[in-house]
Amino acid sequence: MCAVRGLTKTYAAVKGRRGAPGVPEVRATDGVELDVRRGEIFGLLGPNGAGKSTLVRQLTGLLRPDSGGVEILGHDIVRHPERAARILAYLGQESSALDELTVSLAAETTGRLRGLDARQARGERDAVLEELGLTPIAGRALKKLSGGQRRLACFAAALVGERPLLVLDEPTTGMDPVARRAVWAAVDRRRAERGTTVVLVTHNVIEAETVLDRVAVLDQGRVIACDTPAGLKERVAGEVRVELVWRDRAPLDVPEVAVLRERAVESGRRWTLRLAPEEARAAVATVTGGAAFAALDDFTLATPSLEDVYLALGGAARQGLVKA
Amino acid sequence: MSVVPAEVLPGGALGVEETAPGGGAAAELGPRARLWPSLAAVYRAQLSRARVARIPLLFVATFQSVGIMIMMRGVVDSRGEAQSVVAGSSVVVVAYVALNLLAQYFGQLRASGGLDHYATLPVPPASVVLGAAAAYASFTVPGTLVTAAFGCVLFGLPLGNLWILVAVIPLAGAALAGLGAACGLLAPRPELATLLGQLGMSAALLLGVLPPDRMPGIIRLARDLLPSTYGVEAYARTFGAHPDWAVVLVDLGVCAGVGVVSLAVATWAYRRAAVR
Repeated sequence: MCAVRGLTKTYAAVKGRRGAPGVPEVRATDGVELDVRRGEIFGLLGPNGAGKSTLVRQLTGLLRPDSGGVEILGHDIVRHPERAARILAYLGQESSALDELTVSLAAETTGRLRGLDARQARGERDAVLEELGLTPIAGRALKKLSGGQRRLACFAAALVGERPLLVLDEPTTGMDPVARRAVWAAVDRRRAERGTTVVLVTHNVIEAETVLDRVAVLDQGRVIACDTPAGLKERVAGEVRVELVWRDRAPLDVPEVAVLRERAVESGRRWTLRLAPEEARAAVATVTGGAAFAALDDFTLATPSLEDVYLALGGAARQGLVKA
Repeated sequence: MSVVPAEVLPGGALGVEETAPGGGAAAELGPRARLWPSLAAVYRAQLSRARVARIPLLFVATFQSVGIMIMMRGVVDSRGEAQSVVAGSSVVVVAYVALNLLAQYFGQLRASGGLDHYATLPVPPASVVLGAAAAYASFTVPGTLVTAAFGCVLFGLPLGNLWILVAVIPLAGAALAGLGAACGLLAPRPELATLLGQLGMSAALLLGVLPPDRMPGIIRLARDLLPSTYGVEAYARTFGAHPDWAVVLVDLGVCAGVGVVSLAVATWAYRRAAVR
């Protein structure tokens, strides 16, 4: 349905000017290969600056790649970027084009510009606003809404004028659980009724694990893994994540704790360790008994998440992904 | 939260590609939005923005021009100069809104990534640019009418030929809005777009309101290069007892010509800014 071959885009270096340091050349996407199948929710996961948005902008015809190809439903998007607008609906991160419109007019105008006639646009607008529970605030300007409501209104605009492919760049940012559920219910309905395909950019691992059929993990412009969330997690199934939070500081005078330190990722009072199950058991025994326990504030043991997968795969950004 | 297993989707199981890469039948494309309906949709959406964000600015535009006329009342002594001041002040309202505010709008839209919204819809670039330009030109109507009527009363000029504004506002509006849109879309940074818009408006103010007879040659040349000048002159000529309508038509023709060219440049600039 959507095939990406060897997609590469390099942003030119910026020369430093009077005191300001220059920015070196950045390869935002580096030989990206992907196959998105019809009817699936395909995720692009990665930390900030991994190249997710650059990749999406190339899929939607907004950015011309230096080399490589994008084919969506048999159309060459690199050669004919203007066709992308007739195949897919895109929800970007910015709402500035719609901010001063009412929710109702934003949805209707977007439908008109997607080629619907006036009657169709009004009909679809009403249906989508009702479906997403936006009818009570249809008359309010987007600018006056909370971040989550504004995001939902933009999502509504993306749904007016049906398209076989939805490209959503962090659609649920700032939304409350009710709004999130409305988004995924609307996506599922379109999938079930029309076989709609979704390409979803996210850096939220919880959401990625629950909604995605398959996920490509991006790091520094490259796809470092692509599989189902369960398949990816199997790769690190042999590991357990241990998190230790010390009250004040770690009791390094306990020799076992000093040994653990070498394998921990430290972040303030928090240590994160990835250990084999028997090692984890030994570590927990150490810190829950004797001198170490007095210094311990909290600890957790968890099976691996997509975040652990990302770090195990060698993701460069050691700060990991957002967990919320 | 996704509850539909991908295998039960209509149109076959996962993993079956319906088109072979590089060959096979391409899927049908969605409809293209046609020029006039989408222009009307953009125009309507832009007009509605006025209610939310633009009304205070429209008051500022009007008060500014009324203030200029009151100041000039003490300086101007001949009837010819009074005509220039009233016509110039009226067209400054058009310059403020259509050139300055539109340049700022497009500059900010481009910088914030708002153009992506339009660029991922199958809408002709001309619809977006012309719709926005037409809306901003429409914003100027009340302010221009109020300024012109107030000026005529203040300087004792006849109100009989005010109807010429029906031609002056859209034509000067087209020329200035086209320039404003082009500045906003071509400026590499939004601050530069704002600066260009402000400079354009200051030029329209200084070169349009002051009577030309007292200007040095080089300033006059600059005045002749500014499209708003022709709107000012067309309007100023109609105050006479027997206006030379042929010259008025020529002036309005210049506005129309500049309007066509600048809107075409703005459309090209939009296309360039939308896909990088």
